[in-house]
Amino acid sequence: MDFAFTEEQEMIRESAIGFLAEQSNSEAIRKAMVSDTGFDPSLWEKICAEMFWQAIHIPEQYGGMGLGYVELAALLEQMGKHLLCSPYFSTVCLGVNALLVAGSEEQKQQYLTQIAEGSLTATLAYTGTSGRWDAGAVEATYSETDDGAVLNGELRYIPDGHTADLLIVAARQTGTTDANGIALFLVPADSDGVARQLLPTVDQTRKQASIQLSNVTVAQDQIMPGAGDAWSQLSSIIHLAQVAVAAEQMGGAQQVLDMAVDYTQERVQFGRSIASYQAIKHKAADMMLKSEVARSAVYYAACVAQELLAEDGDHALAADLPQAASMAKAYCSDAYFFNAGNAIQLFGGVGFTWEYDCHLYFKRAKSSETFLGNGAYHRELIAQQLLDD
Amino acid sequence: MKLQFSQADEQFRREIADWLENNLCGEFEQIRYRGGPGDEHMFPAERHAWEQKLAAGGWTCIGWPKEHGGRDATIEQQVIFHEEYARVGGPGRMGHIGEGLAGPTIIVYGTEEQKQKYLPGILNGTELWCQGYSEPSAGSDLANVKTKAVLDEGAGKWKLTGQKVWTSLAHESDWSFVVARTDPQSQRHKGLGFFLVKMDQPGVEVRPIEQLTGTSEFNEVFFDEAVAEDILGQPGEGWGIAMALLGFERGVSTLGQQMLFQNELDEIIKAAKANGAATDPVLRQRIAEAHTGLRLMRYNAMRMLSDPSSGDLDKSALVYKLHWASWHRNLGKLAMDVLGPEAEICESGPYNLTRLQSMYLFTRSDTIYGGTNQVQRNIIAERGLGMPREAKG
Repeated sequence: MDFAFTEEQEMIRESAIGFLAEQSNSEAIRKAMVSDTGFDPSLWEKICAEMFWQAIHIPEQYGGMGLGYVELAALLEQMGKHLLCSPYFSTVCLGVNALLVAGSEEQKQQYLTQIAEGSLTATLAYTGTSGRWDAGAVEATYSETDDGAVLNGELRYIPDGHTADLLIVAARQTGTTDANGIALFLVPADSDGVARQLLPTVDQTRKQASIQLSNVTVAQDQIMPGAGDAWSQLSSIIHLAQVAVAAEQMGGAQQVLDMAVDYTQERVQFGRSIASYQAIKHKAADMMLKSEVARSAVYYAACVAQELLAEDGDHALAADLPQAASMAKAYCSDAYFFNAGNAIQLFGGVGFTWEYDCHLYFKRAKSSETFLGNGAYHRELIAQQLLDD
Repeated sequence: MKLQFSQADEQFRREIADWLENNLCGEFEQIRYRGGPGDEHMFPAERHAWEQKLAAGGWTCIGWPKEHGGRDATIEQQVIFHEEYARVGGPGRMGHIGEGLAGPTIIVYGTEEQKQKYLPGILNGTELWCQGYSEPSAGSDLANVKTKAVLDEGAGKWKLTGQKVWTSLAHESDWSFVVARTDPQSQRHKGLGFFLVKMDQPGVEVRPIEQLTGTSEFNEVFFDEAVAEDILGQPGEGWGIAMALLGFERGVSTLGQQMLFQNELDEIIKAAKANGAATDPVLRQRIAEAHTGLRLMRYNAMRMLSDPSSGDLDKSALVYKLHWASWHRNLGKLAMDVLGPEAEICESGPYNLTRLQSMYLFTRSDTIYGGTNQVQRNIIAERGLGMPREAKG
């Protein structure tokens, strides 16, 4: 048992801290977040070419680095800390994971290789308009044809859905409900019948889109294995994504704490630094408790996710992924919102301004809390495991 | 980052589990799950006998160095020991203050003669220890100790006069380690000594404190020219030794403590399923939250106990007490809310509480002893976040 970063993991983290502090500063975030794409293409190129982060957990046979989910989580923590605006989350934490979990050998060969090269971005599109995150969220429909399938329906809340090159779409056979009849499709975004629209969002640092599918034809080799019965794959993909969001949230929760502590040290009222008042210190201590427990939740969940993805993974640990992901997502969602809200309070008036960065984190905290299920949603899932026989 | 224990550690786990299965039975069956926090007043004689049984099997003081009679057990092995011990309902340890606090302190600060004198009784489970730190005016502010130590030059012994409070197991203990002021002119953490005091003597009086549970685990201890058998280190070094002592335990018992918490949570879940509370959406949320909090406490502890190669690890240790104490206090309330009106009905009259009632009431002390939540938050803010100390005065 050694629940600490290895030296190599520590190095990855250090390099991420250095790179992002320079490249994803407040000015860069604010510039990227008001652009239509939502990211700076030159920074994305730099990430792909110099840092090679897009390939971090892609296996070596597809041109990746072959590292694990803990290494990925270490990067995501820093990305969350620096509110990196980039198609990284969608491409790697949705796209790569979907291909790893559900792709055929040929599909992995084709698409993972392109992602590793930095020439392809991707996202997962499974949610319709219901606002659900479980199997019931899948509303788009497909019908099989002689040489493939035809897709129809509206997808909403899709991260980077307006810019991703490859859409990994979940749809269901007409007339099925819940976990039944679900299939996954690899749909190039420029396919006929795909209409995409950027949705203006309160959190401007992570873009969402709606996607209209109108009789989109998909060739046989673009259908992922297990069509009609792919909920188990899709749910694993969702669990992996939840762990990834939690890692970003934990980084964000830490960052707003650090920012607030620095600010209260400098701010003088009644003749002394406000950081010396217990009312301030105790709030900060509660924030640190949240970010530390969030960290433990993320590291554990990342270890479990790693076992699921590894070829020789520990099955008993891997089987804990649904609960590990729910614990991490529930705790980190609430921790991030708690910390981000308190950061505004600790900054006082300036925390309420557009000029200071507090609101960027506060908004990301809420959007990421909702995305893939909030604390209450995940606690209910855990309750089902504990209480319903 | 690795979650699994090694093969050798798993072998060690089987060894202790087998031993417990074969020994925690017969006359000791009745003390399984007994004597833990909130129940420490129960079965003292049987639990003292159990300490000696453990010792005979070589299962006391396993983390001590071999040269002092321990096993040199690694942190992992100590964690495993505590886990397995708690898993089978091992009785609340009466020897834990000697084993975890007094012994390691004597090993580091004691003379050869002192080690010979005190360590064997701790190792073999015969001599029990209690801790004389808190006083009526030295609670959170421990440096405000007023108990006086005066050197009787003729006898060559220090004599103590004053009062200690919140001393658990004082009425069962053979020895106490006591922080007292050797220099009457001194203030705060200067001028203190660290004394080893025999409890059975005319100058020591123990009075039980009746708690809100109606039971008594804690005591007041009055010293009236009580003779200190020994001083550890030199006069004036008491504060340093007292603080070092608190660092020895390194949290290895925390995973065992969590196993006790798990037992409590399991009982609550069972009750919820039985009485229908498990279908209440709000209680479902709270049960899931409690479950999550406990599991994350485990991973927090594992980070804390892992090789401190990263600067983060100190932080997981700093928040640990605030986390478990607050979590446990919430669990107590949850237990009562799950039980509904039955939560009010005692096991029997006049005031015999059920395990969950007792836990619920006792957890109000969790956020007070060993550093209140407020003191913990000060420590976290000052040491973990570098925020300035409150202006004095």
